[in-house]
Amino acid sequence: MGITFRKETFRNDFTFKNSPEHIRRFPFPFHEDSYMYAVNIEPHVVGPKGSVLENLIDVDEHYVAEMQDRALVLAEDPLRCQSLPHMTLAGWDLLELLMEQQALGYPEHFTLTRDGDRWRWINRPLGIDDTFTFGDVSTLPYGPMEYITRQSQGDFCILDQRDGNLWMDAGMVTTQADWSLDFDIGMNFFEWHAPVPLAHEKGIFTRALKFLTNIQQGKPARRLNWTMTINPRLDTSPENYHKWGPDRTTVTPENVGEKVHLRVELQSFWRLPRSNGIVFPIRCYLIKMDELVTQPKWARRLHRVIRDLPEELANYKGLTRYRPTLVEWLSKLDDGSPTSPGFGPD
Amino acid sequence: MAAKSIISRPVYGTLSPQPGKHHLFVADAEGALAISDLAAKAPTGFFGDAHIIFIPGADGKHVAALEALNPAQFYQGPSFASALPRLKQTLANAHMGLRLYLAGTEGLIGQAMQAALEAGIDHTSIQTEHRGSLARRVQCVHCKGITENVTTQPATCSHCGLLLLVRDHYSRRLAAFQGVCINAEDRSEIPPTEEIYR
Repeated sequence: MGITFRKETFRNDFTFKNSPEHIRRFPFPFHEDSYMYAVNIEPHVVGPKGSVLENLIDVDEHYVAEMQDRALVLAEDPLRCQSLPHMTLAGWDLLELLMEQQALGYPEHFTLTRDGDRWRWINRPLGIDDTFTFGDVSTLPYGPMEYITRQSQGDFCILDQRDGNLWMDAGMVTTQADWSLDFDIGMNFFEWHAPVPLAHEKGIFTRALKFLTNIQQGKPARRLNWTMTINPRLDTSPENYHKWGPDRTTVTPENVGEKVHLRVELQSFWRLPRSNGIVFPIRCYLIKMDELVTQPKWARRLHRVIRDLPEELANYKGLTRYRPTLVEWLSKLDDGSPTSPGFGPD
Repeated sequence: MAAKSIISRPVYGTLSPQPGKHHLFVADAEGALAISDLAAKAPTGFFGDAHIIFIPGADGKHVAALEALNPAQFYQGPSFASALPRLKQTLANAHMGLRLYLAGTEGLIGQAMQAALEAGIDHTSIQTEHRGSLARRVQCVHCKGITENVTTQPATCSHCGLLLLVRDHYSRRLAAFQGVCINAEDRSEIPPTEEIYR
């Protein structure tokens, strides 16, 4: 049975919602009652049926609406998708990966057929049926990276590996948590992470880079990251910060449940076969507080994590203005009883 | 000096004579003093293969001191923009063995490095020395316009007028620091302006 794709928006009237099944499968990022940075990277292998890890590239009920939102962002600001000239081959690598994975996981929605270099790609949810020559840019309506990432949930960064470092040399970034591809493109791993507080001193990035530069083909890795967003807005770019920033002043005790969203990024890392680059999909999952607290364990744990978060991290994640209101609201759902180990709901 | 900084913020050194066939210097204002200091350490005949591109700036000083080094080529320009076509041509025609030295304000170093990167020169092979003003080039992340010679924190974008927090986050590709609206969440909050990048 196929996915029923929701008709919903991530702007203006914000009709985004999760179905009860999608609440249960939400990738809750806290395995204990507190949070601090760690090199929390693990092999990206298939997980339980019904979880976001059932397929290595996850497609969910928000797929069609997210692709429509991406098209709106790109129409307003084409600089959200950029690729330096030496990255075209890596773009073809990514096109192959995403077509293969989506067709493998969701055969009722996506079909890829290959006859040598002649490929036919059918994307039923978006009404696409294209035949093209793999490796020939003139046979696609966009460059290969842009073509396939207009049809794949999540942001994508393609990293070139040279001089023992990773370089952010291409990307499709429309659902980002407040960083600018246009500014960061061309930077190395340490440079684009420069503004992150505390983690450099802990040696996090040195260890993470060592791990990432050793990723092998066919053995992807993953980690979770998180922040919070007011309203289910995908495009929380710095470019538009002056437009969405005022949302943070609108949180009241009455609207916390509807307005405040936990935003989780499932980041995965894949070696690309022809270019030897690394693709770094950043898949964003949103859940509003009203939905999250339907799982009592998550409500208790989130209360403790947000309450005890170091000030510097709270500032970096932009929570400062509404944290007291949120903590007060969550505290009413925390009876102080212990939480079970692990991420999942009870 | 800047006490606490971040990794994307450029780090400058002290110019020193490098082994090479040709030596290209780009400097503005007090950057000339860095070239003079290098000259004191340079072997005889070093400037016989040198090309100096110099933008003296408003007070017009240091020209005579650089000419006295007898470089093979000396150019004096009224602005970086006017010097750029010559710099680009020099880089495009360069052969193996060209060494590049940049000295002066951050804006000059950054823009000359940007031209060098576009010509395929690796940034780690370029000698840099910061002299003079701490004024910054700032890209507004919102409208993408670049404001030159920013000396204050916060600073007003000369293109869209938003009040910008000038970050230490720096892009070599854009030769600019990042400016992000400082009161995006509540426009009625106007923090005091301080002149900190003179």
